[in-house]
Amino acid sequence: MIRLIKRPTPSRFWTAATPVLAVLLTMIAGGLMFAALGKDPVAAIRTIFYDPLFDPNFASYSRPQLLVKAGPLILIAVGLSLGFRAGIWNIGAEGQYIIGALCGAAVGLAFYPAEGWYIFPLMVMAGALGGWAWAMIPAILKTRFNTNEILVSLLLVYVAQQLLAAMALGRMRNPQGGGFPGSRNLSQYPAASNPELIAGTGMHWGVVAAFIAVIAGYILLQRHMLGFQIRLSGQAPRAARFAGVNPARLVVFCLGVSGALAGLAGLFEVTGPAGQITIDFNSGYGFTAIIVAFLGRLHPVGILLAGLLMALTYIGGELAQFMLGIPSAAIQAFQGMLLFFLLAVDLLSNYRIQLGRPEVA
Amino acid sequence: MLLTIEGLTKAYPGVVANDHVSFSIGNGEVHALLGENGAGKSTLVKMIYGLVRPDSGRMTLRGVPYEPANPNAARSAGVAMVFQHFSLFEALNVAENVALGMDHPPPQRQLARRIREVSETYGLPLDPSRLVGDLSAGERQRVEIIRCLLQDPKLLIMDEPTSVLTPQEVDILFQTLRRLAADGTSILYISHKLEEIRSLCDSATILRLGKVVGRCTPREVSAREMAEMMVGTTLQVPTRAATEPGEVLLEVSNLTLRPASPFGTVLRDVSFSVRAGEVLGIGGVAGNGQDELLSALSGEARDLDGAVRLRGRPIGKLGPTERRGLAVLSAPEERLGHAAAPDMSLTENVLLTAARREGLQSHGFLNWGKSRGFAEKVIRAFDVRTPGADVAARALSGGNLQKFVIGREVLQRPEVLVVNQPTWGVDAAAAAAIRQALLDLAQGGAAVVVISQDLDELMEIADRFAALNEGRLSPPRPTRGLTMEQIGLMLGGAHDMDVAHV
Amino acid sequence: MDIFGSINLWVLLASLMVAATPILLAAIGELVVEKAGVLNLGVEGMMITGAICGFAVAVESGSPALGFLGAAVGGAVLSLIFGVLTQVLLANQVATGLALTLFGLGFSALIGQGYIGVRPPAMPRLDIPVLAELPGLGRVLFRHDVIVYLSIALVAGVWAMLRYSRIGLILRAVGENHDAAHALGYKVVRIRILAIMFGGACAGLGGAYLSLIRVPQWTEGMTAGAGWIALAIVVFASWRPWRALLGAYLFGGIAVLQLNLQAAGVRIPVEYLSMSPYLITILVLVIMSSGRSRAALNAPASLGKSFHAQG
Repeated sequence: MIRLIKRPTPSRFWTAATPVLAVLLTMIAGGLMFAALGKDPVAAIRTIFYDPLFDPNFASYSRPQLLVKAGPLILIAVGLSLGFRAGIWNIGAEGQYIIGALCGAAVGLAFYPAEGWYIFPLMVMAGALGGWAWAMIPAILKTRFNTNEILVSLLLVYVAQQLLAAMALGRMRNPQGGGFPGSRNLSQYPAASNPELIAGTGMHWGVVAAFIAVIAGYILLQRHMLGFQIRLSGQAPRAARFAGVNPARLVVFCLGVSGALAGLAGLFEVTGPAGQITIDFNSGYGFTAIIVAFLGRLHPVGILLAGLLMALTYIGGELAQFMLGIPSAAIQAFQGMLLFFLLAVDLLSNYRIQLGRPEVA
Repeated sequence: MLLTIEGLTKAYPGVVANDHVSFSIGNGEVHALLGENGAGKSTLVKMIYGLVRPDSGRMTLRGVPYEPANPNAARSAGVAMVFQHFSLFEALNVAENVALGMDHPPPQRQLARRIREVSETYGLPLDPSRLVGDLSAGERQRVEIIRCLLQDPKLLIMDEPTSVLTPQEVDILFQTLRRLAADGTSILYISHKLEEIRSLCDSATILRLGKVVGRCTPREVSAREMAEMMVGTTLQVPTRAATEPGEVLLEVSNLTLRPASPFGTVLRDVSFSVRAGEVLGIGGVAGNGQDELLSALSGEARDLDGAVRLRGRPIGKLGPTERRGLAVLSAPEERLGHAAAPDMSLTENVLLTAARREGLQSHGFLNWGKSRGFAEKVIRAFDVRTPGADVAARALSGGNLQKFVIGREVLQRPEVLVVNQPTWGVDAAAAAAIRQALLDLAQGGAAVVVISQDLDELMEIADRFAALNEGRLSPPRPTRGLTMEQIGLMLGGAHDMDVAHV
Repeated sequence: MDIFGSINLWVLLASLMVAATPILLAAIGELVVEKAGVLNLGVEGMMITGAICGFAVAVESGSPALGFLGAAVGGAVLSLIFGVLTQVLLANQVATGLALTLFGLGFSALIGQGYIGVRPPAMPRLDIPVLAELPGLGRVLFRHDVIVYLSIALVAGVWAMLRYSRIGLILRAVGENHDAAHALGYKVVRIRILAIMFGGACAGLGGAYLSLIRVPQWTEGMTAGAGWIALAIVVFASWRPWRALLGAYLFGGIAVLQLNLQAAGVRIPVEYLSMSPYLITILVLVIMSSGRSRAALNAPASLGKSFHAQG
């Protein structure tokens, strides 16, 4: 019989080791899943985790993609992690991402075909504001009416998707696009594009923003009163009120920051890698970022690493699809499994496992 | 003999909760289990009730080996238990709560009738259809007792039953228990209140640090002798020099406040004032508005009518941080999760209340070095037993954490300090140290409000006494010369009669 | 005017019940789970898993009934993962629920690879003799497939169970105060895991109703937020079974109405009509949660909290 004994103080070793353990367990379980699909599990794992970085044929293409994919994931996940730490569950980042992209693109398209250094910064601001405003809906409903922010933020994702479709097919459709859905290509409109900053690295403004977010998040959580209040509210809400934390203000702050960062991610994506507003330019980064946030243990530096790892599974997954015919859905299931294992082994940091005879039969 | 216990032992990591405990209870006997907090009483009764399984030792019930695997087995063997923290469900009604404690409950309507019958027989009036969340602490205890009595138990275990009762309610309970004992039911009575045990129990077993350290017949020994067996040392009684109270620091006039939680208590028309150098004791049975009063004074709950004043200036609109800036500090009852964050280190926990007064932050940025320094100062000054300031709050024992919480406030030099249940669940030595610190603070010119359910504590340290009853506060009266009977009347809400006397 | 004239009220009511059934099934299951004090946000994932399991079993066996059984088993097995993680390994319920949804979406898409474009075997309609011939009402109430009736029976059963049975009382007690329930000797973890599996089975049935009857075919991500709406309906219902029925039928009404408006060619872009059910759900949530003191009384007090027996 196995018993759980709560540790007096969380284990530092396991706090760092659990994500690694979860990744290893996921590789094993994922290997079994690939074997069940009739694929060679070792080759599949190798194609996903090793080849994109080191295979001579693919690495030159794949390596820059790592930053391209990790940028938005990290940017969104850092924002989400603040709220998750405070017990404020914004799971609608996908919606905020879409709205940020729509608002930013709208500004850019409004200026078309003017040139000017100020256009892109304006679009960035519009993107952040759009994501922020979309996140303010659950924030204000929560603080004013005590409405569950989980459900509202999530339901708003579906609304945002319909809005995206309406825009891509309607108001934002490229008038010179020959009737095809989708906006003008922003990445080919120099004043509004988010180009690769250093050739061959995949570095674009979104990646820069992600790094800044990691540093700012670190300072906020470790060094600032607001970050302390965020952690306190998540761990002991009543103690937080006693310490003078205003819960409503915290809800507005956390949802606002995560919304703005998700909006930024959307804007950088639509002006760079995606290039234009299309009905499905969003690729689920808002949801995957939830996994990234947890995998990074809600810690900015952890999120940086987790974002890179998750980006690797995306790129490796595409490669595995191309090379081995592993369906992309398998990669999605694989990512979900990673979160399961992470949650399962997480208990090691707070509990000791004792083998012994049962307490109560 | 009804129940015989031999050599019962139970160890947890790092602590032996029970070490070869033996005693026996006869039929119809009221047996006291006496000991300080942490002496191992709770673990022992959990083993008898089947919630915890002993590591070694034997129990014999009515001549046959007794090894309950779970509470159901204990109940069917005729053992029933009334818990200290009630095992009740607030959103369910009385009859449903009773049914949950029975193995084969009759249909609801029939059960309701039997509840009425039993409650009348034993003088414990109770309406089966009321929601438990709406009942007072005393009524809730009746639910537990009736739940037990309906099963016709041979042994009734009562864990600290009087801590939530007024003196009058205690009398009613004791009459019920005596009648039960006369009918042949044995009672295992757990308490650390000596006078109660002397008036109720036939025999007593005294536990200290998990071991049996003495047995006696309570009627034949003095309370002092029992206390010394229980504590093991001679206790330091808090001392204070008589001082003249100074100006009025904190004044509350006609405070009326709705609670934040659905089953909370409404504060109605609460008025009192505290002077510099004075200790005001506020007594009352649990759940009569203590938490709500503390929130109103700490700033967690705001009053917008200016009912709370500091030196005549209204502070009701200010939040906890602003009030701390004015040297109005507080320490709530619940240590883990309210006064302190369980998973945070002590260094982090001082930031909860001391960030501003101790300069632990500048422009919002935290100074971890200073925080640690202040935490270590609290640890030293209040003799908090901990390996260091980096340890999580939940790793400390109740008494040590309480010393830390009180110390954190006292060392910030408050002008007004409000504490709720400062020594609840704390061992006697730590309790004495905390009381002494509160007295010293008052001596230094602070106004101290002590909210407590421990009347002995209030009589010991308070200059004036007031009682909370259903959210109303009686007019404060000087402690000196108050009789138990008068206190009982105040606790029971009979304020008007008092006013007539004064 | 002629837009509404083209919509037959009786047909609308009948199709409303069909549209509401998947959400009703998922909601009544989640209601039981939440009454036991567990918040499982993975309803969407369990529904989509049920949708594909039911679809695959029905196609392979040729029997829709077996398909529904397979869906219930599939949903329950997936929910068991949630149960073990949250009840035994004490994982955070919100995070685990999300993981369940993310995994379920990927897993169902994986299984569903070979089933895109396949037609499932048809479920026979269960016309109730005589009653089905009634004008108007007969068509609305008595000409449905058996699952519609089952969902209503399930609501009645859950209602009676919670209100009158000992199991229901214990379930409510566990959700209200798990420490007290444990002290009285009830197996908190076991009861909760069973409730979670019941919820999973119900969500699975709801998903299969989508893929086998309402649509009927398999497409990736076909639940399109139905699981989240089911969660919202539990809040709307303040944890009362009959109100969950009302909520689901109201929602079904909105869904059917907007589809009819689309078909009737109203001059509102399709996308705006399609987002209306989500917006109305949010609106209803706001209205329900603002009168909070009443609803709070009915919400299980231990909802979402982990239970770890001491000692």
